[in-house]
Amino acid sequence: MSNALHAEWTKLRTVSATGWLLLSAIVLTVALSAVVALAVTYSSTGSGEDITKLSLAGIYVGQAIVAIFAVQSISAEYSTGMIRVTLTAIPRRPTLLAAKAAVLTAPILAAGAVAVLGSVLAGRLILPANGFTAAHGYALLSLSHGPTLRAAFGSVLYLGLIALLSLAVATAVREPAVAIGIVLGLLFLFPILAALVGDPSLKRHLQQLGPMTAGLAIQTTTNLHHLPITPWAGLGVLAAWATAALLVAGLLLRRRDA
Amino acid sequence: MTAATAPYRSDLPAGRDGFGQLLHAEWTKFRTVRGWVITTVVAVLLVVAFAYLGTFHHKNGVCTTPSSSSCHVPQPHVPLGPGGEAVTDTYSLVHRALAGDGSITVRVGALSGLLQTGSGNSASVSDMGGAPGALQPWAKAGLIVTASTKPGAAYAAVMLTGAHGVRMQYDYTHDTAGPGVSAAGARWLRLTRSGETLTGYESGDGRIWTKVGSAHLDGMPGSVQGGLFVTSPPTAPSQAFFAGGNAGGKASGATARFDGLTLRGQWPAASWKRQNVGANGQVPTLTSVGSNKSGTGFTVSGSGDIAPAVGLPAAFTDQPSLTGVFVGLIVLIVLATMFITAEYRRGLIRTTFAASPRRGQVLAAKAIVIATVTFLAGAAATAVSIPLGNHLLRANGNYVYPTSTLTDLRVIFGTAALLALAAVLALALGTALRRSAAAVTAVILLIVLPDMLVVAIAVPTGVQQLLMRVTPAAAFAVEQTVPQYHQVNYLYAPSNGFYPLAPAAGFAVLLAYTAVALWFAAYRLRTRDA
Repeated sequence: MSNALHAEWTKLRTVSATGWLLLSAIVLTVALSAVVALAVTYSSTGSGEDITKLSLAGIYVGQAIVAIFAVQSISAEYSTGMIRVTLTAIPRRPTLLAAKAAVLTAPILAAGAVAVLGSVLAGRLILPANGFTAAHGYALLSLSHGPTLRAAFGSVLYLGLIALLSLAVATAVREPAVAIGIVLGLLFLFPILAALVGDPSLKRHLQQLGPMTAGLAIQTTTNLHHLPITPWAGLGVLAAWATAALLVAGLLLRRRDA
Repeated sequence: MTAATAPYRSDLPAGRDGFGQLLHAEWTKFRTVRGWVITTVVAVLLVVAFAYLGTFHHKNGVCTTPSSSSCHVPQPHVPLGPGGEAVTDTYSLVHRALAGDGSITVRVGALSGLLQTGSGNSASVSDMGGAPGALQPWAKAGLIVTASTKPGAAYAAVMLTGAHGVRMQYDYTHDTAGPGVSAAGARWLRLTRSGETLTGYESGDGRIWTKVGSAHLDGMPGSVQGGLFVTSPPTAPSQAFFAGGNAGGKASGATARFDGLTLRGQWPAASWKRQNVGANGQVPTLTSVGSNKSGTGFTVSGSGDIAPAVGLPAAFTDQPSLTGVFVGLIVLIVLATMFITAEYRRGLIRTTFAASPRRGQVLAAKAIVIATVTFLAGAAATAVSIPLGNHLLRANGNYVYPTSTLTDLRVIFGTAALLALAAVLALALGTALRRSAAAVTAVILLIVLPDMLVVAIAVPTGVQQLLMRVTPAAAFAVEQTVPQYHQVNYLYAPSNGFYPLAPAAGFAVLLAYTAVALWFAAYRLRTRDA
């Protein structure tokens, strides 16, 4: 296993796209968070705004870059034929998938932590200037606030789980275009459909089932009783998606020729 | 000595080397990959299936039994104006018949406002009383000449508004500002009829008159109704960020005192009739309105609006029927990207360029083939989805805004063209980046992410409008069927189906992105080895 980990780490480290993708994930996440924070003003919102969730909005674009990163890590091997060399070196395919998952998640979690901290910092600097001050009932964004810490920590975990889900889908379908289409479809279509269907209980079920709608419940810090699913249970739904996808991917990897 | 044998020449004519051949080659490549053809058909079926999912659950009305599956209520009645558009026509009226030409003059005192006190909606009018409150900017009090008191009738009116001065309005959609829009204060108003032409005047003192505007109303009957009216629209709904919903508007009312009433022309002798026109609960209205004769004039209070219908409760546009477009869009983006990246992956691109060394033409042929396929697929899908979805909505007792045939065609072919351009954008980015994962993600982030932020996350209205101006998602404006009216106070946000750009302008944004991407792809194609 340690050889497999070392091999996968070397592959990941020596591809120039790795650095660029992680950097763009961080930059795009912080940028979108900052733009949203700049656009919201206290006077136009009234009270009860969830400023933690608001300042973490960049995750909507960051997760897509994370998905590319994870999909590329396996589908590039199929595109170039490298997978046959890899499987010759590491014939135990579940071991390979586990090594890829582990090696992939570590830099994602690190980059995710930077992106989330950057977003919180942007919110902390920008929001008070837009009227979200103590006088209006909004404390300064701070990780010492329990729910905010949970939202920030959970957002990092969310990105890690998105990477695992994407890796699993790409392992199962191999073709990168199809894999990324499936991942982004799963993420973005559930909330759009939930917003457009009329039946309240169907809407709620879609939000509980969607990997993004459920998983990002972790970012909510106010009005928790309005959520379709509790924060940690929501992240659990995403974890269930990722686990199920990894199991299917592992099975397919074992049974198919490379 | 033997005769020299002539070298072998094929009897077949030489193949032509034109753009037509190239198109044919690219079409053959697309047609003969079974997975791509199946995917295109699946995309069409998904759009239609989601039109069903997006509409069949919308049920309107209060059901008597807890299980709502057998619940069928008639759809709310919304009158249609002379132009065929849905209108709100609810107001308090004091009127008499006008048999021919004539004029009516009155002095309108300053308006005062009423606001709904309870939290009731139009379905339960038990707590729809009003208390003195803010006067709505588009509260209206003035003179009206209308073909009849039936909601939706042709009319022309000159009025004093809450905050927009004196206006001349006719046939619901037309609005002209009076000279020197002054806010509050009493004004003299006059409305004259001469055949089918109605002209409104205003004056500060009743002696020096200024024309506000005139209207030509085709087919105005000989005998019409003329008189005083007051109405006041509901407050605009407010948006809760990141909550995905609007707080509904509250009913409002306005009261105005009219005196100095003067009639000239063919008004048959009769007494003034007081009537609340409309008031069928299509918009939130106060119940405590009406008119009283007081001294030499009338005090009238009204609630409702005389305007195009915007944001009615339980009313829908084509948008729920087009839910599946997002699904079809993602499938077609993947397909279009693979149309080029598969060639790089399999090495077929080298054969392609050996056969046709002019690379720009290859890209053009590919773009034309994928655009044609996705356009036809999109047109077929939307042409089925819209009637299907609207039928399901109506069958469940919902109101669907009427659209003209021209608008229907614009929505169907506009959506199809949106899908086609998105596919070309994906093809161009796939060509430029060669990596299909990055290309697919870029196009989805550019076109689908803004919609998700608008529709599902409900980011602040300012961000929504920015997104729908600068990203290619602006092209979704082609799906807007109810136009924005400045004379109706409403939350005109993309999350409510109102886009900041006109359909053609929004489409042009996507076109610009696609053109730039195509140019960039052609440049990269020429300057790099295959």
